[in-house]
Formats: sequence, structure tokens, C-alpha cells
Amino acid sequence: MSSQERTWKTIESGPHTYEEALHPVVRKNYGKWKYHEIPKPGVLKHVAESGDTIWTVRAGTPRQDTIDKVRQLCDVADKYSDGFLRFTVRNNVEFLTPNGENVEPMIAELESLGFPVGGTGMCVSAVSHTQGWLHCDIPATDASGVVKSMMDTVYNEFKDMQMPNKVRLSTSCCSINCGGQADIAVVVKHTRPPRINHEHLVKTCELPKAVARCPVAAIRPTVVDGKKSLMVDEAKCICCGACFGACPAMEINHPEHSKFAVWVGGKNSNARSKPSTMSLVAHNLPNNPPRWPEVTEVVGRILTAYKAGGRPWERIGEWINRIGWKRFFEETGLQFDDNMIDSYRHARTTFNQSAHIRF
Amino acid sequence: MEGANDSAVKESCHCGGCNSSGNGKFLNETPMLDQLESGPWPSFISGFKELAERTQKPMLRGVLDQLEYSYNTKMGYWKGGLVTVDGYGAGIITRYSMIKDKFPEAAEFHTMRIQPAPGLHYNTAMLRELCDTWEKYGSGIITLHGQTGDIMLQGIEQDKVQECFDELNQKGWDLGGAGAGMRTGVSCIGQARCDNACYDNLKLHLDALKYFSGRVHRPEWNYKLKFKFSGCPNDCTNAIMRSDLAVIGTWRDAIAIDHDEVKAWIAEKGVDALVNNVINHCPTKAITLKEGGIQIDTGDCVRCMHCINAMSKALSPGKEKGIALLMGGKNTLKVGVNMGSLIVPFMKMETDEDREAFLELIEEIIDWWDDAGLDHERIGETIERVGLKQFLDGVGIEYDINQISRPRDNPYFKAKY
Repeated sequence: MSSQERTWKTIESGPHTYEEALHPVVRKNYGKWKYHEIPKPGVLKHVAESGDTIWTVRAGTPRQDTIDKVRQLCDVADKYSDGFLRFTVRNNVEFLTPNGENVEPMIAELESLGFPVGGTGMCVSAVSHTQGWLHCDIPATDASGVVKSMMDTVYNEFKDMQMPNKVRLSTSCCSINCGGQADIAVVVKHTRPPRINHEHLVKTCELPKAVARCPVAAIRPTVVDGKKSLMVDEAKCICCGACFGACPAMEINHPEHSKFAVWVGGKNSNARSKPSTMSLVAHNLPNNPPRWPEVTEVVGRILTAYKAGGRPWERIGEWINRIGWKRFFEETGLQFDDNMIDSYRHARTTFNQSAHIRF
Repeated sequence: MEGANDSAVKESCHCGGCNSSGNGKFLNETPMLDQLESGPWPSFISGFKELAERTQKPMLRGVLDQLEYSYNTKMGYWKGGLVTVDGYGAGIITRYSMIKDKFPEAAEFHTMRIQPAPGLHYNTAMLRELCDTWEKYGSGIITLHGQTGDIMLQGIEQDKVQECFDELNQKGWDLGGAGAGMRTGVSCIGQARCDNACYDNLKLHLDALKYFSGRVHRPEWNYKLKFKFSGCPNDCTNAIMRSDLAVIGTWRDAIAIDHDEVKAWIAEKGVDALVNNVINHCPTKAITLKEGGIQIDTGDCVRCMHCINAMSKALSPGKEKGIALLMGGKNTLKVGVNMGSLIVPFMKMETDEDREAFLELIEEIIDWWDDAGLDHERIGETIERVGLKQFLDGVGIEYDINQISRPRDNPYFKAKY
């Protein structure tokens, strides 16, 4: 590093300041917004106490962007929203303008650039997802590719508002699930305990750390070829992959044995029901690049059944709470199996401790 | 969905010439990745290829080659390491190729985590500056945004990291967090545009992350600690599930009702909609029909947001606004998913003094976690292991009935005798 010639002294400034990033109409009405409407998919209209109106046009992005794409978005913002734009936590871009006449030309321009306008209200939202093979050091798959494949199949549902309520999607490349809890989540599930690379292990790993990382005490010290190493009790191992993060020699990833699982019913909002975690509804799906058709097929089945059966405002988890898991499996055609009965900590919270029975 | 069949066969391309760029001379063949260029959703592969053909950066070619190899072999090939900038112990995510003999152009592909403005607000001058610096030193690939909330500048070599950081730092950008320290925060759009935002989350986010800046850059705790700031209980940042410290806007008094707007809503949508889509969805049955309008029993209301979401023009949060603090949200590893649980039901959050009092409380909480927590244990795991009561006593937070969903159902405790 060239620290000797360095003349700049670091300012530990933290987040970038935001005031200069707010549209003047936003600054003027900050904290004084009265109500909002969704006049059409992809467009929000917010009205302030002052009577001012700001229009928002929202569009999907690939999240894995480039400077060229970002400059394109800047061009749109300079042309139609006075040089201001923002992003949502689900990787959509938003342009805020007080000028309602800019809305339609902006939509046309975004669409012509390939950014689908939508992602509002009762839609299938863009996917919150992880890095994958492109950049992560522990992934079993490439989230960006799964996301692209999945969003191609729900493109119309992203652009429209025809679902019972919004559907949040997420995708994750290992069981840590950085993509998060969602209405429908696609998450890697390892099915085979880690193979130990003993040669690599002695050079790269702190043995006690790897032992301590295991939630079920399946990792034990051992000696291999006269050198200290580790062994895995395969009967105990739950294939979570936690040890791999601590020690890359605990090779959990496998091209065939690292599979996909689909989970449903996660909800972060407090609206109506309390926030909820997801339940497993499909697993053992193959990791099948570049298009993962088996995964998108399962997601499609769930969305089709929910769209047909959900009542207005019911999120997927709330819909299932009403119709019951039995009907969920019937209506999606997915197969309930014994692996879906919880066998981990707090499992009893998922048992039916009642005589409420559905036939 | 219905779109599935259409899009799978539709070889449309919306990205302006991406089909032609893939076969340019600069890039090698990537037949697997190319299959991600068809279909209507914008393609990250097309974006990368266009960028590579324009800038002719060898790193981009190497990374696409390695990614193609991953798609063929179904394995990842990056390993970590230790790259940083002067004075910092975190913020650069180091990536070396494990197969650099095969793809020497992708030997190094480090990421710089950059803290965006709270609420992910930008003006184009800021963003263009960022792009210009990134084009000069890095690959030009940007993720907007990472799951912890950073701008991810992906793809830089170690010997360019310091210079790139210095240039960004001079323009007001700083690195984000990584490792066992304070992480970059996330805020929803907040009071900038939202009629539901109950506190100035952008301001609190900025103050809090500036205050903890040293511990963002020099991790020193048991494990990571994440803030997320949601303006209301709709929790658009997913704070309760995804952050150790979930700061959720709420209010203490009654929901504000504009009765004329309620009548206008009913006139437009009908009583059926009012009953089926608003009243029946109230989780505590706090809403009743009254004289052709509605009445909300504030004592029964849990401030879930549903009726306000359904009737934005007619209903809004009350006037006595502030925050609730939930703690302990984290994802699966290792104990299973943990939702944050309520620790502080209400704090005012209007003045600088309010924000200072909040940060003092967070300091106390972190001190306790520093003492009571184990290595690689998130604060929610520590609280579960040690006990909520012990945590509240340890930090000196008042007990409140709102902290639990019901009193205990077992008799195993020691009372004074």
C-alpha cells in the first residue's frame, strides 16, 4: 500500500449525509405528509399537509448493477426528477417528482431501458437476495441467477397489483439465509455432512473455533496422519454449514448434495398478525443452473394457489393460517413429508397442541 | 405463474444491444451465463458484459470466466483474506480466487462496503461521482444494495484500495461495517415521503452510525450488531427479524380519524369492503361500526397499522409519537431464526436530547453484552441464554408488561422468602 505518500487524512464520517439527496419538495414537506395513493402500478402519489404533491415512479433493477446502468438511472433522474433518486430495501429504484406530467414519459423511458415499472401495492415484489458464486466465499449457488430466473416468471405479477396482498421473495445461497424471512424464500439446504480437507485444515483453521461453532456438538478433535485435525459425527450432524464459515476446510458445499428448499409464510410487518417466521414446504430440489426450473416451478405453484385463494390483505402466511396446512399442500400440489416435522430446538412450538383438526 | 411460460420462450432483450455485445472480441465465450440474458427481467449478466466490452477491464473478463466455471461445476471459488485501509480493521471484503491458475485475471476481486445516506437517498451528482471514482480504480460492478445496507463496490485489487478509499472519503463517503462490530444501518424512506413515519429515522440513523463510527471500522465485540430504523410498525426495513437493534416508530395516543374521509371511503368502496377488509382484519377487534362510520377503542388497539394502511386518507398515527426498541432479531445460524423482542415500548424521539438518551441506552446495552456474551454470539442469543429478566436487570431497563406476550406458564423461579 502506498501509505508513505498518502496526504489525505481519513475522516470517519459514517453514513453519507442525506439532506442534499432529498428533492426540495421532499425537504419542504419533511415529516408533514398527509396521505398517499397508488394511482396505478408502479406509481405512488403522496400529498402533504401543505397541499404539495410528490409522484414516485418505481422500477425493478438487477441489484447486481454496473456504473453504466447506474449512470442510465442518473440520466433518467436528471431528465424527469430534478436529479434525485433513491432505492428501496428490495432493490427497486424510485424517482420522486412534483411534476405529474413527468410520470408517463418517465415510465416509457424506464421501460425502454429495460427497467420494469412496478413493485407497488399487491404485487410480487423484487427479491431480497445474496451474493452467490459471483462474490461470496461460502455459497452453494448463485442467488443472482436464481433471482433473474424467478423474476422472469413473475414479471407480470411484479408489474401488476393482482395479488391478495404483497408477496415478498428472498433467495439465499446457504443456510445462513442472508436473504431473510419472506412470504416465499428459496434457500440452499445441504443434505450431506461436511467432508474434511485435513491437509487444508491444519493450515487454515483454529480447531477450537470450528468445534465451538457446531450447534449440535458433532465436531470432535482427532488425529489424522499424526497431525491434529477434526472429525464429524455424521449421525449427529444437521448439515447446517456453520462450521464452514469458521473453517473453510469443513467442505459442506457439494455440486449434487447441496440442494434447494422453499419456505413460505415469513412476514416482517406488524400489520394484522404479528411478524412470523417461515415454514418448510419443499426441499431436495436440485441446484440446477443456469435457470433452476424446478425452483421456479414450485414458487409458481404457491403463487398460483395463493392468488386464487387468498382474500384481500391476507399475506401468504395469513392465508395458510385460515385454510390450514393440509389445504395448502392440497392446493399447491406440494408434498408434505416427515422432514417438515420440526426436530430442532423449540420444536414443540410447531406441534398442534389442540384438538383443532382439519379433514 | 402465467408469465412463466411466456417469459421462458420470449427471447426479448430490453437492455439496449446486449445480444450484440456478448460476442465481441474482448470477452470469452460464456454459454451458461448467456442463458441468463433472455427473459423480460433486467439481466445482470448483460450488464456485466456490456460494461466489460466498453471498459475492456481484464478483471471483468476473468470474473465472468470464473462465474461461468462455477455455473458448470456448481461450486464457488472465492476465499477470504485480510485487506484493509489505513486505520481501519473492517469494511473491505477480501476475495482471492481459489483457482487463479485457471483465471489469473480474477485473482483478486475485493469488495468495498460503502455506507449510503440513510433511506438510500441520492442526488445524481453524488452517484455520478461514486461511479467515476469506481470506474477509475475498480471493476465498475456495483450492488445496490447489500443485505446489511451497504453500497457494494465489487472488484478491486489490493494495491488500489487505499487510493480509491481516499478519493471516496474526500467526497463524503466512508466504509461500512464487517466482522464483529457495529454494522451499517438501514432506514426506510421515513419522513422524507411517508405519511406513516412516526419519528425522524434518517436523523437518528445518521447520528447513531456517526456515534458508533469507530466501532464500525474497528470491530471489537463478540459478534456483529445491526441497527435498522423503520418509521412505523409496517417495518419496511424488516428490522424486527433482521437486526439486533430494531428501532420502530409508533405512537401512544389514539389513531387520528378524519370522519369525513371515512364516509368518503365508504361511499366509494362500500360497507362490505369496510367490514371485510378493514374491521375484520383488526387483530384485536378494536374497530366497531358506528353511525355509518367507525369507532376505534384505543385501549384495545395494538398499533399494527392495518386500518391505517387500508384507509390512508382517513386514518393516521396519533400525535404522541416516538419509537419502540426491539432486540435480538437474527437469521438461522445457529440456534434458528430469532425475531426481535420488545425491550423498550416507548421513547420520545424528537430532540437531540432524546437521541442522546437513546444512544446512552444503547451503550449500556452493549456494555452488558460485552460482559455477558460469548464469542460469536448475537445479542439475542445472549439474552435467550442468560434470560430476559437478567438482561433487563443487568442493563437497568424497567420491566413492562409489553415485553412479554403473557406471564410465565411454569413455577420454576426463586421468589424472596
